[in-house]
Amino acid sequence: MDRKDWPLFEIFIRPKNGLSHKHVGSLHAADARMALDNARDVYTRRGEGVSVWAVPAASIAASDPSDKASLFEPADDKVYRHPTFYDIPPEVKNI
Amino acid sequence: MYTQGLDGKAERGVQSSPGASPRLVSAEDLHFQERIDAEEKIEPRDWMPDGYRRTLVRQISQHAHSEIVGMLPEGNWITRAPSLRRKVALLAKVQDEGGHGLYLYSAAETLGVSRDELVGQLLSGKAKYSSIFNYPTPSWADIGAIGWLVDGAAIMNQVPLCRCSYGPYARAMVRVCREESFHQRQGYELMLALATGTAEQKRMAQAALDRWWWPSLMMFGPSDDQSAHSAQNMAWKIKRFSNDELRQRFVDATVPQAEFLGLTIPDPELRFDDQTGHYAFGAIDWTEFNEILKGNGPCNRERIEARRKAWDDGAWVREAAAAHAAKRSRRALKKAG
Repeated sequence: MDRKDWPLFEIFIRPKNGLSHKHVGSLHAADARMALDNARDVYTRRGEGVSVWAVPAASIAASDPSDKASLFEPADDKVYRHPTFYDIPPEVKNI
Repeated sequence: MYTQGLDGKAERGVQSSPGASPRLVSAEDLHFQERIDAEEKIEPRDWMPDGYRRTLVRQISQHAHSEIVGMLPEGNWITRAPSLRRKVALLAKVQDEGGHGLYLYSAAETLGVSRDELVGQLLSGKAKYSSIFNYPTPSWADIGAIGWLVDGAAIMNQVPLCRCSYGPYARAMVRVCREESFHQRQGYELMLALATGTAEQKRMAQAALDRWWWPSLMMFGPSDDQSAHSAQNMAWKIKRFSNDELRQRFVDATVPQAEFLGLTIPDPELRFDDQTGHYAFGAIDWTEFNEILKGNGPCNRERIEARRKAWDDGAWVREAAAAHAAKRSRRALKKAG
């Protein structure tokens, strides 16, 4: 029995125009065209989308979860990046 | 369609007996449990204990296999559905089950197993799947009973899985549950049509309820005190409610639905208990369940043979698709060069 693994594609769907494509899952396909056809059958049986992206999983570069602290924690102590950090007298309007 | 606790043996290296003192608990284990306790979701590349990973691979893949094998008993009736309306509904339902299998295989693969490995385990007969799909569907009324009872039990079990601690599994279950409620409603509507039809149709509906009632209760898996994985899976928040709790909820929800149909649940001990506010029901015959898990159910062999045949018959399609993909990529290279 020949079981040559087909590559994995990550599937992204745009629910409607005006919204971004969102990751919905993955599937195996021989090539990108088949990935799109199958994504339509597997992930949009009830009007979930108007556009599909199929991205070879091997092409995705991802951050390492163990780097989470060094990558994302520095943002936590920079309160001055948020509008609420700045004191404005209440009588000043439209700001 | 459904997952259930199928393995009697406790996982090695996992502390599963309640109250047992934890062995070999590392700082990582403790940190992991803290995250779980704080209702944080675990994502594929996060650190996780081996037992957690093994348990999920087993449960998600058994769940996926159940969806795929679950297409067979109902597929049996597609060509003989009594009307076009029933036929399109059944086709859509069976197609959904195939889709659910694919969502679940894709969730299992995020844990580091390959699709081929999983399919191989199903075809070799090594993998387990829900016991319910090893029963035959001799009459059209069985299609109604499956939608009403089997999908009803599945929903009871799957709704809490939408909050499972493992992100990809929980997300797959959200999609599955959204689609599953049509399955149950079409089944009940079908039963209602038969139950309010001719005397012969009503007899068919009753016979189907008689066939599927007890197997549906067994879908929730062994009783809590017999279930080896329960305590650890609850601590890991893979499971949110015990088998017995979910089974009771299913009985409480289903008995009034059977009364509305004018059908009788095949359990002489069934009665409403005023004190508990729940239905009390008779003892389940677990020897039948265990025989099916051992491979001795009415359709075990037939189901696996059908899957093998589908795989073998599809070999030329897989080969053609691979050849076509290779040709297209050669042409694209030539054009670019």
